[in-house]
Amino acid sequence: MKKNFMEGFRDGIPIGLGYFAVAFSLGIFARDIGMNALQGFLASLVTLASAGEYVGFSMMAAHATYAEMAIAIAVTNARYFLMSCALSQKLSPETGIGHRFGVALGVTDEIFGISIARKGVLSPFYNYGAITIAAPLWALGTSLGLIAGNLLPDRLVSALSVALYGMFLAIIVPPARDNKIIRVLVLAAFAASFAFEKLPMISTLSGGTRTIIITVILAAIAALLFPVDDEEDE
Amino acid sequence: MSKTWIYIIIMAGVTYLIRVLPLTLIRKPIENRFIKSFLYYVPYVTLAAMTFPAIVEATTAPVAGIAALIIGVILAWRNTSMVMVASICCFVVLAVEFVLV
Repeated sequence: MKKNFMEGFRDGIPIGLGYFAVAFSLGIFARDIGMNALQGFLASLVTLASAGEYVGFSMMAAHATYAEMAIAIAVTNARYFLMSCALSQKLSPETGIGHRFGVALGVTDEIFGISIARKGVLSPFYNYGAITIAAPLWALGTSLGLIAGNLLPDRLVSALSVALYGMFLAIIVPPARDNKIIRVLVLAAFAASFAFEKLPMISTLSGGTRTIIITVILAAIAALLFPVDDEEDE
Repeated sequence: MSKTWIYIIIMAGVTYLIRVLPLTLIRKPIENRFIKSFLYYVPYVTLAAMTFPAIVEATTAPVAGIAALIIGVILAWRNTSMVMVASICCFVVLAVEFVLV
């Protein structure tokens, strides 16, 4: 329990640092639409979603109706639904409802990534460790961005912004090296993601929606052609 | 209560619902082979699609992002820890942009 928490905390540090840099720019955006530091801090702490918050703040600025806000958030964050489905299979079936509510607090791209990379069954305490360090840094970054605007030099923001992608690489590359199907799948996802950004029509969709489309199509094709056996599923 | 706070509650509430529903409703191992395989492949596709080309666009100079991508892949290939891969990628960007920008 304690070991899992500490490991989650350790793996959450680079996530938190990456969040901090990204949240800083989110905070600058929040300031521009007239939010105060407390609102920015709490909004980030309880929502814990980058693109989702950008969209949410934009809806606020546009004085959208509450229903419009709810729909926009649901569409932007729909990928978390898929991630939670995958995580539900990573938890032990005995995991209590309370822990399930707890793990759900921190289903972000990054925490999902490190959770899925764990060997064997996922302990909720691993997620709690990661959330404990990452969520406050995300919220703090937002409020500091609100208050201190351009304090962090551009060079540093630029460098920190790749921390999250570096982590993703550390998660997907080793299995891709060892498993040919995953290797092809990763390369296909790279290509599809690149193509979706350039193609007319599709490129107008949000990044989150494009990710969902690519994931559903490629994962479904792989599941049809190469269904996994129990033994391969670690 | 100002409208901003209501917006924040909706934003957080809808996001949490999306996250909590699958985790609480799917409480048993899925037996269906297709769905099982689908969920097994989901993380790799999702994370890969989010990484590229985003990593190249995140940096001020795209070349710095490309360098971070290549070095990140090499390090990860050699089983370097997640924290190290992330940190070295940051340093690569810092170094490349120090020279170029």
